[in-house]
Amino acid sequence: MVQYSGTVLDASFAALSDATRRGVLEQLERADASITDLAEKFHMTLTGMKKHVGVLEQAGLVTTEKVGRVRTCKLGLRGLEEEAAWIERYRQRWAARFDELDKLVEELKQKEKADGRKKR
Amino acid sequence: MDERKGSEINPTKYGTTVERKSERELVVTRTFNGPAQIVFDAWTKPELLKRWWAPKSVGLSFLSCEADVRTGGTYRFVFSHASSEQPMSFFGRYVEVTPGSRLVWTNDEGDEDGPVTTVTFEERGGETLVVIHELYPSKKALDDAMASGSISWSGEQFEQLDQLLAAPGVSVERS
Repeated sequence: MVQYSGTVLDASFAALSDATRRGVLEQLERADASITDLAEKFHMTLTGMKKHVGVLEQAGLVTTEKVGRVRTCKLGLRGLEEEAAWIERYRQRWAARFDELDKLVEELKQKEKADGRKKR
Repeated sequence: MDERKGSEINPTKYGTTVERKSERELVVTRTFNGPAQIVFDAWTKPELLKRWWAPKSVGLSFLSCEADVRTGGTYRFVFSHASSEQPMSFFGRYVEVTPGSRLVWTNDEGDEDGPVTTVTFEERGGETLVVIHELYPSKKALDDAMASGSISWSGEQFEQLDQLLAAPGVSVERS
């Protein structure tokens, strides 16, 4: 199990707990987009989308930049949610190895037992 | 973190845990059902190491596995990887080898940014607790290592995040 400070991750996980916001991230992975574009794409009001983008921005997942009258959103992948995902993959890699190592340890134990019997 | 709930996700007592202990350190723990000498052998005899270090799901398979496991000795693991035509090499030096209890090695494939890995083997009533401690030279080195395995927001990563979200101990405010 991953161990980390839950409080620090709250903002990120809260941001990712919403399907629309995950959709926005997937959309921004393909291309930067204005809040108007995103509102249209997700059939939402401008105000609703602004709120979602705000949550993503606060979690450090998205950055926005206002050029003229258009606020453009881009992926701002930084921070702890990325770290948590990395750590989980790292853990899974070790866990996969250790499952194999379990089998080997069992085999070596059996072998030692058998060798012990032979010696007697 | 709620210990009782934690044990529900890791139903066996042989679960693998990972913790970023500090800006520069990662710690992995796992208990094995066998004496320390056997577990230590599995980490230090190349013919045994080869059998578990690169399981299929990791995506690597051994081309060669050389390890001169004594203080000052070196190792070199060469793997093929499904996504790469070039073989991948991992190499370094054993800084300390204490039979049955402790291994320390360097990871030199990443120039000077690689961690120093310390593995301890502690036997308790026929079981062995293995603690892997990876100490990076700087916060940046560990941050960079994490960033190099950088994720894209594909479905698979979301599934992993969903699993994290579903884990007890992580409070999520629904907004």
